[in-house]
Amino acid sequence: MCLSIPARVESINNNIAKCTVGKSSYNTSLELISDQDVKIGDYVLIHTGFAIQKLDTDEANKILKTFEEFKALNEKMDEEEKGQNHPLI
Amino acid sequence: MKYIDEYRNKDIVQYFAGQINIISTKHVRIMEVCGGHTVSIQKFGLPYLLPKTVELISGPGCPVCVTSREYIDRAVAYSRMEDVIITTYGDLIRVPGSTSTLEKEKASGADVRIVYSILDAMLIAKNNGLKKVIFLGIGFETTAPASAAGILKARTAGLKNFYVYSAHKVMPPAMEALIDDGVNIDGYIGPGHVSTITGQSIYMDIPKKYKMGVVISGFEPVDIMQSIHMLVQQIENNEPKVEIQYTRVVKPEGNVVAQQMLDEIFEYRADWWRGLGILKNSGLKIKKEYEMHDSEKMIEVEVEETIEPKGCICGLILRGEKKPKDCGLFGKSCTPADPVGACMVSSEGSCHASYLYNR
Ligand code: SF4
Repeated sequence: MCLSIPARVESINNNIAKCTVGKSSYNTSLELISDQDVKIGDYVLIHTGFAIQKLDTDEANKILKTFEEFKALNEKMDEEEKGQNHPLI
Repeated sequence: MKYIDEYRNKDIVQYFAGQINIISTKHVRIMEVCGGHTVSIQKFGLPYLLPKTVELISGPGCPVCVTSREYIDRAVAYSRMEDVIITTYGDLIRVPGSTSTLEKEKASGADVRIVYSILDAMLIAKNNGLKKVIFLGIGFETTAPASAAGILKARTAGLKNFYVYSAHKVMPPAMEALIDDGVNIDGYIGPGHVSTITGQSIYMDIPKKYKMGVVISGFEPVDIMQSIHMLVQQIENNEPKVEIQYTRVVKPEGNVVAQQMLDEIFEYRADWWRGLGILKNSGLKIKKEYEMHDSEKMIEVEVEETIEPKGCICGLILRGEKKPKDCGLFGKSCTPADPVGACMVSSEGSCHASYLYNR
């Protein structure tokens, strides 16, 4: 019931945004985020026909980048372990 | 899908599983309060990735599940009135009342319509001026602002035949009640979309009063694993606090416009929760200034006596004290196709999620 997923804003007309998730598109009221500067191309969370928050894409990208770094680090450590040749294991 | 697929990355989920394994020494019980989290946890099999020391339990965060039978009974009674159209989110239509459901009433001729948004319900009211259109307002802080916006619009537009039947509830009293009742919990995975509206301040009492942490989490497997990692870290270091994992969405101050909308339309009242009973200041009642759109005030109806289903332990499950499999009816006389209790009907109910993913 509280679920809502990121949808991309495609157009805005009179405080109603047309948003897409995958191939589906929804008309969404921007009333509850009237203080957030929403532009075409932004991602918003839609809940029961209302956008409840603009997604902070900078923050999202920053975290994704950190994850990528974790992954790279992990792989590197795995590689190093392999090279170490533990005879008893 | 952008910003979803990335958070389902198996390697990163495994990475956090490994990290949790490394730091976890104490046995902990972590409760996910939100039904959306319950579904993700079951669907992605997260409990199987966690060390034996970390136990996940579901809480009272499924709005349909905690709603009283009396509420359904009253909605059913409304639906039997000649001049009424019931509008509702799809979740509610199959929930059993004492002797009927809205779905059954619809099959026998009642005008019950599923809507996606309160705005659709208002359109129905506009197009059916001779009917009373009642919208069933259930849900927590995530959903309540939409109802508030609807009521405000209805008043401005003079939409006199539009009513909301509010069972909206707020989360913090339930989270505190569980601890007060002595349910064994060591930390909360905080509801991501409730917090999108409220911000983090509503949970501040929990570490202060109860020395227990809350991590506000997103809904993808990576989000949840990272939140569990953060909680385990807090517990191991004995540093309970409120933290936000879901920073791409949740701002510390929340959504201020939505909060103002809630304040304008609703006031707190004591409300009944399945499993928890009556909790002070846990429900949202429409204020007097807006009562012309409050069905409880404006539309009288006789409601049948409430009968609770025999053998259903939904209440204990919502308290995290029992699991769906502990229920003798689970998967036998109670299935999603023929549910006995609300926890099996709602797609976010623990029994439903267990039935689908973990039988
Ligand atoms: S399985 Fe059905 S009867 Fe048992 S607790 Fe869940 S909803 Fe109630």
